[in-house]
Amino acid sequence: MNNFFAMLGDPNMRWIFLGCMLLGLSSGVIGSFSYLRKQSLVGDTLAHAALPGICIAFMLTGVKSIGVFLVGAAAAGFLATFGISFITRHTKLKQDAALGIVLSSFFGLGIVLLTFIQHGDYGNQAGLDKFLFGQAAAMVGGDVITMSVISAVLVGICSLLFKQFKLISFDPGFAKGLGYRVGLLEQLLMLLVVVAVVIGIQAVGVVLIAALLITPAVSARYWTNTLGIMVTLSGMIGALSGGLGAWISSSVSNLPTGPVTVLAATLFFAASVLLGPERGLLAKWLLRQKVKRSYHAEREVRIAEAMKGESVS
Amino acid sequence: MKTLDKLHQHGAGGVKAPSGATSPLSVSGLSVAYQKKPVLRDVTFEVNEGELIGVIGPNGAGKSTMMKAALGLIPSISGEVLVYGKPCSEQRRLIGYVPQRESVDWDFPTNALDVVLMGTYGRLGWIRRPGAKEKAEAMECLRKVGMADYADRQISQLSGGQQQRVFLARALVQNAKLYFMDEPFAGVDAATEKAIITLLQELKKNGKTVIVVHHDLATVQQYFDSVLLLNVELKGFGPTSRVFTQDMLQHTYGGRLAFLDHTIAAGATEAHGGVSL
Repeated sequence: MNNFFAMLGDPNMRWIFLGCMLLGLSSGVIGSFSYLRKQSLVGDTLAHAALPGICIAFMLTGVKSIGVFLVGAAAAGFLATFGISFITRHTKLKQDAALGIVLSSFFGLGIVLLTFIQHGDYGNQAGLDKFLFGQAAAMVGGDVITMSVISAVLVGICSLLFKQFKLISFDPGFAKGLGYRVGLLEQLLMLLVVVAVVIGIQAVGVVLIAALLITPAVSARYWTNTLGIMVTLSGMIGALSGGLGAWISSSVSNLPTGPVTVLAATLFFAASVLLGPERGLLAKWLLRQKVKRSYHAEREVRIAEAMKGESVS
Repeated sequence: MKTLDKLHQHGAGGVKAPSGATSPLSVSGLSVAYQKKPVLRDVTFEVNEGELIGVIGPNGAGKSTMMKAALGLIPSISGEVLVYGKPCSEQRRLIGYVPQRESVDWDFPTNALDVVLMGTYGRLGWIRRPGAKEKAEAMECLRKVGMADYADRQISQLSGGQQQRVFLARALVQNAKLYFMDEPFAGVDAATEKAIITLLQELKKNGKTVIVVHHDLATVQQYFDSVLLLNVELKGFGPTSRVFTQDMLQHTYGGRLAFLDHTIAAGATEAHGGVSL
């Protein structure tokens, strides 16, 4: 605990802690919709596809800024989603295979470009390799401000268009019937996933950022049957995981933030699977025991009555 | 074949609405192709206001496809669809839609009332959320389908028939003039079937037009004013008494329905005698 307060005493660490919580919040919120639309793995693909986009953006501009990376990652993400739909439409492959192909090829290209950058003479390349697993400590105040603004916009859009996002997640056919531009809304959700990936890339890295899109949402689903609560809870679990990841990784030297954050999120997931009401394993076991007990109790009464009836006759 | 053509023309031409401007739904030359082969070819018909219309045809005949293409949910390769004389996209508020129950994942974190409220989204605009007024309307619609007691129930805990009734309530709250229902009777219990048919009668009484994809030939005569026979092409359209005949069904289904005779005979007794199944 002392460690924790010592960390908060350091203004730079305070920024980093805040940044990680914000990115957990954003990915938790947007991840809920991906999960309900059964698109969790699309998030993973977009994250891996972001790497070459970011590398190319850096090679072209020579600048390490979230804004530039966002453009690169969005372009790569767009290309990746186009690739996925092209493959599923024009070959006999199913979506999982298409996702696998696109994910690995984009990631492979990303690694090649990353190596190229590190061995080339890009003066400002320090830290780009940290994009694989994330290094929260590399973030500075300016990054956190950008992240806060982007997170606020993301959460703002999700709450303003909550009604639309809910309907296209549950019943896109009906949404179309109402006259909603479902294709456009789906593109927007996809873009928001790319945004969440990019703001998470410095802290968590492209390899594991998908876990922050999936795990908090899946955990939150165990606790509630209301979408609004689920999205809020998922954002909170994401924020807590991000905060824990930043704290633990900063107190152990050279520990990348991404894996620690993901392990923290997994802890929340395990707790949810075990303890969630109704859906949780414990709740299900207790319910079964209860049913069993009441059944046996009833049966005993019946048997007792039958025996009484017999003895009378 | 001669009688078929005559019937076809009768339906397509329309008796009450020859202009097409006042017909709730006027479809002309509608064709849809998914891959190479068209799944719907050159379908033309015009419905009369205030009728219950059954869309009948074998599996894969394009019944759902026709409905979705008419609604503009899937692209068509040719054809025009007019709703009260204007393109479908301009008349969204006049159209209510009940998709197939299996088309959604019912393990979605929401309750019955909330699903019904989705029917009010069309008139709420982009930002506004459903308020007290919309909630009252939604509750009223749940009551009409006999589901008022289940308003707070998580939707995955409802039976298939109850889920279907929630979908119907959602279409009711749209307060449309023209309704499309995609197999509302599929796999529902007797109570739900009764609730749906009562509802259809009430809609008809209020001057609404309802188009229903249906597969149970035994109840066609009892439920619908008009019948649209479909098997990729339009095989017949017009008043049930004239179109729902042995010949026409044979023509629609091919030689595959040996039991038709029996079905129609049974259906006729039912319609007249009121014997329920």
